[in-house]
Amino acid sequence: MTRLIRAAAMVTGICTIAVFFMMLILGWPLFSHGHLLALLVGGWNPGSGQFGILPMIAGSTAIAGGALLVGTPLSLGVAFVTAVFARGRIRRVLLSCVRLMSGVPTVVYGFVALIYLVPFIRSQFHSGSGFSILTSSLVLGLLISPTMIVLFVSALDGVDPRARRAAAALGATPAQRLLYLQLSEALPGLLSGVVMGLGRAMGDTFISLMLAGNSINMPGGVLESARTLTAHIALVMAVDFHSLEFQSIYLCGFVLYLFTFMLVLILRAVNHRFQRGRVQ
Amino acid sequence: MKRFAELLLVIFSWLALLVFAASFLSIFVVLLLRVRGLDAVSLFFGDTPPVDALLHGLPVFDGIYPALLGTVSVVMVAVLCAVLPGIFTGIYLAEFAGPWAHRIVNLLVDVLAGLPSIVVGLAGFSFMVLLHNLFPGAPGPCMAWSALALGFLVLPYLVRTTETALQAIPAELRRTAPTLGATKVQNIFFVLLPFRAKDLLGGVILATGRAAEDTAVIMLTGVVASAPGMHSLFKQFEALPFYIYYMSSQYRDLAELQYGFGASVTLLLLCGLFFAAAFLLQSYVSFRFRGSSWLQK
Repeated sequence: MTRLIRAAAMVTGICTIAVFFMMLILGWPLFSHGHLLALLVGGWNPGSGQFGILPMIAGSTAIAGGALLVGTPLSLGVAFVTAVFARGRIRRVLLSCVRLMSGVPTVVYGFVALIYLVPFIRSQFHSGSGFSILTSSLVLGLLISPTMIVLFVSALDGVDPRARRAAAALGATPAQRLLYLQLSEALPGLLSGVVMGLGRAMGDTFISLMLAGNSINMPGGVLESARTLTAHIALVMAVDFHSLEFQSIYLCGFVLYLFTFMLVLILRAVNHRFQRGRVQ
Repeated sequence: MKRFAELLLVIFSWLALLVFAASFLSIFVVLLLRVRGLDAVSLFFGDTPPVDALLHGLPVFDGIYPALLGTVSVVMVAVLCAVLPGIFTGIYLAEFAGPWAHRIVNLLVDVLAGLPSIVVGLAGFSFMVLLHNLFPGAPGPCMAWSALALGFLVLPYLVRTTETALQAIPAELRRTAPTLGATKVQNIFFVLLPFRAKDLLGGVILATGRAAEDTAVIMLTGVVASAPGMHSLFKQFEALPFYIYYMSSQYRDLAELQYGFGASVTLLLLCGLFFAAAFLLQSYVSFRFRGSSWLQK
C-alpha cells in the first residue's frame, strides 16, 4: 500500500513534468527553424515563414491586465464589505453566494456577453465590431472576481484577532480598523490573491476566444481586437498537423507553462515573506 | 482628511458590492428571461419521443440530451480515473513525503493546479497523437482521452482536499490507533480518512463540478458538435459546454439561440448543484468539527 501511495505521487509529478517536455519537444522543429528571439518578438507572417508569437503574448497581457484592472477593485470592495462592514448572517450569506458564483461556467459568461455585451460595446463606441480587448477584459474581470474575493476575505480574516480587538477597544471604527490595521497586515495575502487572479485570467481560453475577435496584430487600443495565447492554441488546432504554423501552438503552450511556473514561484515568495513577517 | 478617506472607503466598498451583485443578477435574469417559454421536452429531446431516447437509445438530433449525457458520462469517468491517484498523492504529501520530496511534489501540484486548461488539453492531444503514431491501432479522439485529460486537470483539487483534511486532524486522534498497535497505513485508511470522509467527498464533488464546466480540454481531445446516438468510451461525444460554444457562433435562427440559452441554464444548474453540494459538505464538516471540540478536552 505504501508503495502504491508513493507511485501515485510519482505519477502525478512525472505527468506534470512530462507536459513541459511535450511542449518543448513537439515545438522543437520551430525552435530549430529560426532564432528563439525571432519566435518571441518577430512578427506573425506565416507566408514568409515568420511565426513570432509576440502579438499573442501582447494580446494575453493586455486582456489579463485589463481583467485585473476591472476585477481587483471590484473584488477588494466586495471583500471589504464581506470581511469588515457586514456582520453575522449577511456576511455568511455573502460569502456563500460568492463561493457559488465561482462555479458559474466560463462558457455561460461568454455566451451571455456575446449576445448582450458585444452589441452594447459596438453601439456605445461607434468603432470596431464590439469584439475587443475591452469586452473580454470586462467579462474576464467579473469571472476572476469570485476567486479573488474568497482569497481576499481569508487574507483579511487571517489578521490576528487580538490586534483587531485591540483596535476596536481603542475606539476604531470598522473603516479605521480596515484602513490602518488589516490592509497593511493582510497585504501579502491580498497580493497573492491578485497573482492568482492574474493566473486565472491568463489561462482562460473561451472568454477571449468568444469576445476578443482573435485577429493577429499588436493591440493598439482597448477597442481593438486581439488574440490571446490560449485562443491561438484553440484556433490553430483546426489546421493540418505538420505545418510550422501548427507547431507555433506548442510555443504558446511552452510560454504559458513557463508563465504558470513563474507565478507559482512568485506566490511562494510572497507567502514565505508573509510567514517570516508573522514570526517576528 | 482622514475622515474623508474612511468615508470614501466605505462608499467604495458598498458600491463595488452593488456593481458585483448587479452584474451577476443581470446574467441570471437574462438567462431566465431567454429560456422562458422554452419547452423543456423539446429542449432536451428535440423531435424524438423522450421515452424512446431514454429507454431504447434512439438518436436525438435537435436536443441537448446527448450533450447532457455526454457531459455527465465524461465527467464521471474522469473523476473515477483521478480519484485514486489524487487521494493517494494527497496522503503522500500529508503523511509520507520527506522534506525534499514534499517540496518537489508540492511545487509540481501547484504548477498543475495553475496550468491553463488548454495546455492540459494540448498535452492530452499530443499524447494521443504520439500513441497513435507508435501503435496505429490506438484510438483517436474519443471520450476515453477526454476523460483522462480531464482527470489530470482536476487532480490538484483532489490532492489538496485530501492533504488539508489529513493535516487538520487533531494529534490525539492521530496517535490513538498506532498506540493500540495499528500500522501507519491501517491508521490512515481505517481511522484518519474515515474521520474526514465528508471532506474527501466534498473534494471529489468540487473536482466533478470543475470538470463539468471545462471546455478547452474536451475540445482538443474528443468532443464534437453532433453525436446523436449512443455514447461509448471509444467514440466522439457531445458535451454541454462545447454545445454552448458551438451554438454561440453557429446558430442559424432565434430558436437555436434559445437552445443555447437553455443549455447554458442546464449547465449552470448542473455546476451550481455540484459546487453547492461540495461547500455544504465542507461547511457541515467544519461545523461538526467545532461541535465536537469536547473530544479534545
